[in-house]
Order: sequence, then C-alpha cells, then structure tokens
Amino acid sequence: MTLLSVKNLSVEFPTTDGLVQAVNDVSFDINAGETLAIVGESGSGKTVTNLAIMGLIPKKTAHVSGKVLFESATGQVDLLAIDKEKLRRYRGRDIAMIFQDSMSSLHPFFTIGDQIIEAHQIHNKVDLKVSRNRAIELLELVGIQGAASRINSFPHQFSGGMRQRAMIAMALVNNPSLLIADEPTTALDVTVQAQIIKILQDLQKELKMSLILITHDMGVVAGAANRVNVMYAGRIVESAGVNDLYANPLMPYTQGLLASVPRMDRPHTARLETIPGQPPSLISLPMGCSFSPRCSQKSSISGNKCETSMPQLTNRTSEHSARCFIGESQ
Amino acid sequence: MRENFSLASTFLVPESFNREWRRNRLFLYISRRLSISLLMLLIVSFAVYVIFAFLPFDPAALTCGKNCNDPGIIEANRHRLGYDLPFFTQYFLFLKGIFFGRTFGEGAALISCPAPSLGYSFQQHACVTNLIGEALPVTLSLAVGALFMWLALGVGLGILAARFRGGLTDRLSTVFVLVGTSLPTFLTGLLLLVFVVIKWKFIPFPEGNYVPFLENPFQWIQILFLPWLTLAFAYAALYTRFVRSSVIETSNEDYIRTARAKGLTESVILGKHTLRAALAPIVTMAGLDFAGLLGGAILTESVFNLPGLGRLAIKAVTDIDLPIIVATTLLAAFIVITMNLIVDILYAFIDPRVRVA
Repeated sequence: MTLLSVKNLSVEFPTTDGLVQAVNDVSFDINAGETLAIVGESGSGKTVTNLAIMGLIPKKTAHVSGKVLFESATGQVDLLAIDKEKLRRYRGRDIAMIFQDSMSSLHPFFTIGDQIIEAHQIHNKVDLKVSRNRAIELLELVGIQGAASRINSFPHQFSGGMRQRAMIAMALVNNPSLLIADEPTTALDVTVQAQIIKILQDLQKELKMSLILITHDMGVVAGAANRVNVMYAGRIVESAGVNDLYANPLMPYTQGLLASVPRMDRPHTARLETIPGQPPSLISLPMGCSFSPRCSQKSSISGNKCETSMPQLTNRTSEHSARCFIGESQ
Repeated sequence: MRENFSLASTFLVPESFNREWRRNRLFLYISRRLSISLLMLLIVSFAVYVIFAFLPFDPAALTCGKNCNDPGIIEANRHRLGYDLPFFTQYFLFLKGIFFGRTFGEGAALISCPAPSLGYSFQQHACVTNLIGEALPVTLSLAVGALFMWLALGVGLGILAARFRGGLTDRLSTVFVLVGTSLPTFLTGLLLLVFVVIKWKFIPFPEGNYVPFLENPFQWIQILFLPWLTLAFAYAALYTRFVRSSVIETSNEDYIRTARAKGLTESVILGKHTLRAALAPIVTMAGLDFAGLLGGAILTESVFNLPGLGRLAIKAVTDIDLPIIVATTLLAAFIVITMNLIVDILYAFIDPRVRVA
C-alpha cells in the first residue's frame, strides 16, 4: 500500500541573485513499512524535499508546488493543499522527523523529558503522568539506561549519541506511520552511527512504520534501505531497489557515488575515486542534463545531446528508473 | 570532560542523590558568585575612599562654610570627624561604621549615626544614611515604575514587530526605536510636559511634591507618572530593538523547527519555545539597566524635581560634600554589584547550561 505519494514537487526560493530551484519536479512513492533512502551530495535538495513534505518551509520564503498525498487513518490528504491547522495535526502524530544536529535541534532550556512529554501531550488528551510514562518507555526503547532519571536531564548533559536517541524517542512518541530521518548520523562517531542506524531499523520493524532516510553515506544505504532515490541538483536522477542499484547503477552520477565508497575488496593501495567538478548552481542550471558538466561518459552519446536537452526519468525495468540518455531504449 | 563526569555519576547513583547533587551544584554556583561579589564590594569601597581621600580639598575646611577661616573651628571639626587620623584608620573606621554605627565628637557636641553609618554631612547637618534613606525610596519608586513600563512596552512591541516582520507594526516600531533612542530624557521629559500635559491635557498636571506611596498612593502615581513615561520611552526603544532581533534570531534556531515538526501550535512555539530563549538575555539587560537607574536617574530627577539619589549626588558634588559623594558612589556600586549577582543567579535558573560553567 502506498503510504505517501509525492507528485511533481517543486520548491523555489526567490533570492536577490535569482530563483533558486532547490527541488525540481520530484515524484516518488513510499509504501507502508518500507525504508526509502534519499541520497545525494549537499545541496541536492534532499532535505528541502522532506521539509516540504512536512510543511516546514515557510510560505513567505519559498514557492512550493505539486502534491504530497498522504494516506492517513481518515483517508487520503494532500499535505500541500490542506490548511495550516490541519497540517499541524499530522505533524509529529502521523509524520515525524528527526534532524541532523541533535544539539541544536533540542531546546537547551527544557529537559529531555519535558520535550518528549510535550510532543505526546499536543496530540493526545491524556494525563501528564501517562505522557511521562510513555516518554520513559520510549527512552528505554531507544536504549537509554536509567531512563526514569535521565528524563530530568537537559540536552547538554547527554552525549551526542544519547541526544540522537532522545530525538528518535521524541519522534516516535505518537507512533507515526512515517518517520523522516534527515542525516541522523552525520554528527556522530562511527560506532555510534552504527548503533543509531540499528535502532532505527529495529524500531521501524517493530512499529511497522515507513522510514525516509536522508543520507550521503552509501554504506548506511546498503544496510538499511529497501529502495533508493538518488538526487542531483534538485532532481531525482535514479531510483531503484537497493540491491539493483548497487549491482547495476545506470546513471554515471550514481556510479561515481558508489565508486567513491571505500571498499575492503579493493587493493588498499588504490586511490579512492572522486567525481571531478562541483554541483551546478541552482540558480543557473545547465541547459541539458544537470550532471553533464561533470559526466565522464557523455561522449558516448552522439552529438552534444547531454548538454542541450534534459533526459527524462524513464523506467529501465519495472523497479529501476534513471534519468540518463545512456542505455535509453530508443 | 565534565559532561562525562556527570554522565558517569548519574548512571551509578540513585535518582534522589542525583537531584541533590544537582541542587548542590546550583548552591555552589551561588555561593561562589556571592563571595566574589563581597570581595568586589570591598575593593570598590577602598578605591572610592582612596580617590576622595586624595582629592585636593581639605574635608575639615569644607565643613565650616564658604566664608569661614577660623582655624580653631576647622581643627575642632577635623578632630571631631576623624580627619586627623591616618588614612587606613579612617578607612577602617568608615567600614566599621557601616556595621556598628559611628559617633563623632564627644560630650555635648556628640553626634551619633547608628549602623549602617556612611558618615556625617556637616553641610547638611545630618547622618548620610538618613539623607540616603530619604532619597532612595524616591529613586526606587521611579526606577521600579519605569522598569515595568518599559518592559511592557519594549518587550511587547518587540515581539509584535518580530511576529509581523515587515508589516505596519514593524515599521511603526522602527520609527519608535529611532525617536526613542535619539531623544535625550531631559528633552522627552519637557516635551511630554509641554504637549501631553499642558497643551493636550491627556494627563493632569503633576501638582505638589513627591509623597511616599503608603502616604498617598494617588499623589504618588500622579507625581511619578510623567517621569516613568520619560524614562520608559528611552529604554523601551532600546528594548524593542533588542527583543525584535532576538525573537527573529531565535525563530531561526533548529529547535524551533523541531518544535514545529512536533506539531505544536504557533502560539506555543512563540510563547514557550521562542520567547524562553529570546527573552533570557533581557533579564541581564533589565537587571543592569535597573541598577543603573537606582544609582540615580540624574537628568529625569532634575527635570521633574524629584528628591532622589541623583539629585542628592549632584547637590553633593556642587557643594563638595565629600561624605555624601563617597556614600552615593559606594551605594551605586553596591547596587550594580548586587543586581549583577541577582541577574547571574536568575540566569542560572533560566538557562541550565550556565550552572555547569
């Protein structure tokens, strides 16, 4: 069952330098209980896409268009079309989000417990005590020892890993059907990263929720995701099941991303591959394929088609689509 | 390191102990700040005393009026007020007087100033403590009323301007800030008096003299309303600007985005999450500004003829009445240091991160 369906989502920020096309005609679905990874380098639009889904982009600063169809308990709603107050009721209850930097994302003046309890209270008309017990229960669930007393701690008294666990507990307090995790491990040590990903995976199975995992860590993607959307310059450039993508990346950008992951099965003297060049400015996108200035394989397409026309996202198999002229059937 | 330390201790100890330990930390913080403040006061008092001891005036000669040159009277007064004693003895007697009271002279001419004695003004023929005791309530009334007014006006307008940024309220507040910060209080005071009171008659003319609140509250408000407004006008402008930028800045914090992602209503986000963080620095600002005013709002007191500390100090300076100058300076320092202490302690309650530092 499709839980969330994003259709033709575009986000534009008017700036004094021009219109920034942060997200450009993005469409994807996520099924119930599925983990969808969104990968791409900084500025590729993965965070903005998800902030738009949550309705967290202020209308004053950006122009958001498209549809975000969410299958709620009471039927399908377009999150972009409903009014602010209705959208607010979905936030934190049906769709929750955790952020990259847990230090700045938790309020420094309130205890961890207060912040989790508040998230529960806003969507449930229950006694404070019930919310408190729920908060303790969730802190235990994410592996915080002595949760009953740690609930009184302030964020600065937690380590980075514990803060991220607390963030997860806060996001899950209302049993959301969709959790969006925006680079949840970027600010953490490698060992803690693995723990956090493990917690997210375990809880996802246990609570049967869908997970959108935003990351640029291809290793995390391989271990945790069912499907992957690769984003570049505000567009989805490749979308596939995780095994399919790793075995058979179609788009040169995806190939480059995968090649830049250090691997144990390669000679340790070999240099790590990089993708030369920089992502394009989102104000003045290249005429053709956004990746063409950096693409090493564009010469395999006759003429300079890559530089003059934009390839479409086309299905190569039923589960694998790519935005590239290479390998297109015509 | 400290974070690890607190982590380890909270893992190993029961909750009750943990809470006690945390309260102790707050207690330690307060006592440390308290002892530093006391030391500071001692240093300030010494510095003030040194400065006035080495001024090129003979304090004994000043006691006997402008046209007095009778060496007999001068020397008698010198002895009576202890100005013939060595410097450190004088300083010690001064300090001792604060705690135990002090007497000057002996026999029929004995003058006794009970503790806390800050000296004796020969020109006004009164214990300095009594003079301050009369002036302080006036300044206190002025400062407290003005504080409430400018906080209400400045914070309220600042929040509104931030909330409706770019709107009409915001633009009007900019004008207000500009006018309020540019006009000096003596001008605002006069303008208010001339236009609001005399010409437009919005407020009745403040007739009569200052009376204590308990004696006649109505008269008290009537006399003080304009001075409050004058002071509040200047301060509120500064606070509006500060609150506006602080609220806007805080609104862009990640934790406000988190609050929104939780599904909180905008009023909770603003009223609880944003304001708690945005207004915390206001406590410091207001505390110090309030302390500054308590030291004597010299201009406002002069414009409105209020017998407060500012006027007492100014009069003492023009008369070269040394004991009063020393005492008012010391009092101002005392108020500033005390308010600093109060602000720091308050801040530790507001911002839990401060307690560790």
